[in-house]
Amino acid sequence: MQKFERQQGLVAPLDRANVDTDLIIPKQFLKSIQRSGFGVNLFDELRYLDEGQPGQDCSQRPLNPDFVLNQTRYQGASVLLARRNFGCGSSREHAPWALADFGFRVVIAPSFADIFYNNAFKNGILLITLPEEAVDRLFREVETNEGYRLDVDLEQQRITTPSGEILEFAVDAFRKHCLLEGLDDIGITLQDEDAIRAFEKKHRADRPWLFRQAG
Amino acid sequence: MAGQTLYDKLWSQHLVKERDDGTALIYIDRHLLHEVTSPQAFEGLRLAGRKPWRLDANLATPDHNVPTTVVERARGNAGIQDPVSLIQVQTLDDNCEAFGIEEFKINDARQGIVHVVGPEQGATLPGMTVVCGDSHTATHGAFAALAHGIGTSEVEHVLATQCLLAQKMKNMLVRVEGELGLGVTAKDIVLAVIGEIGTAGGTGYAIEFAGSAIRGLSMEGRMTVCNMAIEAGARVGLIAVDDTTIDYLKDRPYAPSAAQWEAAVADWRGLVSDEDAAFDKVVELDAAAIEPQVTWGTSPEMVTGISGEVPDPEAQADATLKSGYQRALEYMGLAAKQKITDIKLDKVFIGSCTNSRIEDLREAAKVAKGKKVADSVQLAMVVPGSGLVKRQAEAEGLDKIFVEAGFEWREPGCSMCLAMNADKLGAGEHCASTSNRNFEGRQGYGGRTHLVSPAMAAAAAIAGHFVDVRTLESNRAAQEA
Repeated sequence: MQKFERQQGLVAPLDRANVDTDLIIPKQFLKSIQRSGFGVNLFDELRYLDEGQPGQDCSQRPLNPDFVLNQTRYQGASVLLARRNFGCGSSREHAPWALADFGFRVVIAPSFADIFYNNAFKNGILLITLPEEAVDRLFREVETNEGYRLDVDLEQQRITTPSGEILEFAVDAFRKHCLLEGLDDIGITLQDEDAIRAFEKKHRADRPWLFRQAG
Repeated sequence: MAGQTLYDKLWSQHLVKERDDGTALIYIDRHLLHEVTSPQAFEGLRLAGRKPWRLDANLATPDHNVPTTVVERARGNAGIQDPVSLIQVQTLDDNCEAFGIEEFKINDARQGIVHVVGPEQGATLPGMTVVCGDSHTATHGAFAALAHGIGTSEVEHVLATQCLLAQKMKNMLVRVEGELGLGVTAKDIVLAVIGEIGTAGGTGYAIEFAGSAIRGLSMEGRMTVCNMAIEAGARVGLIAVDDTTIDYLKDRPYAPSAAQWEAAVADWRGLVSDEDAAFDKVVELDAAAIEPQVTWGTSPEMVTGISGEVPDPEAQADATLKSGYQRALEYMGLAAKQKITDIKLDKVFIGSCTNSRIEDLREAAKVAKGKKVADSVQLAMVVPGSGLVKRQAEAEGLDKIFVEAGFEWREPGCSMCLAMNADKLGAGEHCASTSNRNFEGRQGYGGRTHLVSPAMAAAAAIAGHFVDVRTLESNRAAQEA
């Protein structure tokens, strides 16, 4: 996993609640057996005016000029500002793969769906939950200030706005550590191999039917 | 000390290790796989030179991409027209073969939607932890199994370590007491719950569904309820073990052998919340007050009773809600205050991991029997959840009832729930669907989904618009009797 570096990120606002995983990456793109290449289809149905197909050359497709990520001022954004319950719906990891592939390193919202939250951190994306009033204020500031950037410092767990305002955020220690170090979960878990084997042995003795093959 | 909830018990029975930072390692008993969320996980194992920790914990079946017409299915994988879908299904076959994982392939009679297959085989048991790279894994909680969806990184993690890194959720109790009205089903209960608490109402919680209306449901109905816990934001939905659970499991292929059965049942009887268990949140619903539900918008929380109307966005005080309602009505092509019964349908889909089990098909067939699908409905399809559900339905003659009424009778798979195969809506088409998500584009680009129960979907197919199933002849007669 890519290490999370401190960001001086350009912010793009996506002003709608309950952005679901179908909206983040529509199902036709889930047929890929790769982990990469989803960025061109991020928010496909909002971003383009036609129906997207896997393997298409997206540079030839008609863009929706009203969609925020198509606007010149937001090109190169690495921080996505969003509304509540971002990432609801399916467990498809293609959603964070698409966000990361597009270039987003941070998403800020009042709340996130649980499965998406897990998936994002496993792909080097920092999700920051802030109170609704703070998110509202950021939306207003982004919209009125072209080139609006936020300094996102995971180490210190704080965001600094262009005016110098500091917004602190919470993140659990393990996720923070993995993100900063770019660590692979599996390797960490396998350090506990003996504990897993010991548990498994007892579990099998206590409840052998959980280990049964089809009869 | 307060007692434990069912969730607390399941959690502690699977806790391998707790770390100082609040994360825990929990052991996974059953891992279900399908073709969409597994290829990158197998690739990850290969790149790292790792092997699955415990092969017999895994069970795979292709479901999302499989075609559902008889002609295509007769050719097995070769019948998959879309070359990209074919690669994905073939990749699952290849990976299961290479790693030694049991798979019910495309035309195995046991193939089907993974969340129908697991319980049907007894591969989902009370007291298990069950995971799958699919959010509707919540379904299996109907068996008092701790079950939830995971992403592909976690699929790889479970394959490699038989464990998941997890944090304990909070406990929510949703109690539904009383008797359901005739024609009102499990689907209506769960849609009403989502309408009540919202699509993020359960975020961070494991929801236990309880109360007399839940206990009165069959296992099929309970699976429908738990299946949609995720649409209320909760990864986990749970229902305590009772006789209904135990009766369902007896003699299923993966259920405990005769020698172990009594010990297993004795253990399962303890899978209920203690009477003095404390819940972080309690929600109560009166079953008798629940009407047949219909969604009008692009989120499952945008739902109302059949006697209701499409809400007026202008009447919403919250700005985010108001703009969300406006956008939804525009996408759905509906007007504020339009009556739900005035919504006309172009297509009808009966199927999905929410409602494709035998009981669902029976309920739909009861409504369709001797009737005809309205001329204005271009396509009404019934897609059984598995090959075994299909076989059972055919043994009962349900397929004939559907075909005579003008429904298409298909082969098992996820089908038009998410339209990864050829079954999809055209732009602007309204569909009465027994699936679980009415998101924009979910059933096809520009498609307009209305979530309903199987009986409501069948009734809508016949009338061409939504109707209250409670007013149908069959229900009225039952009421008078």
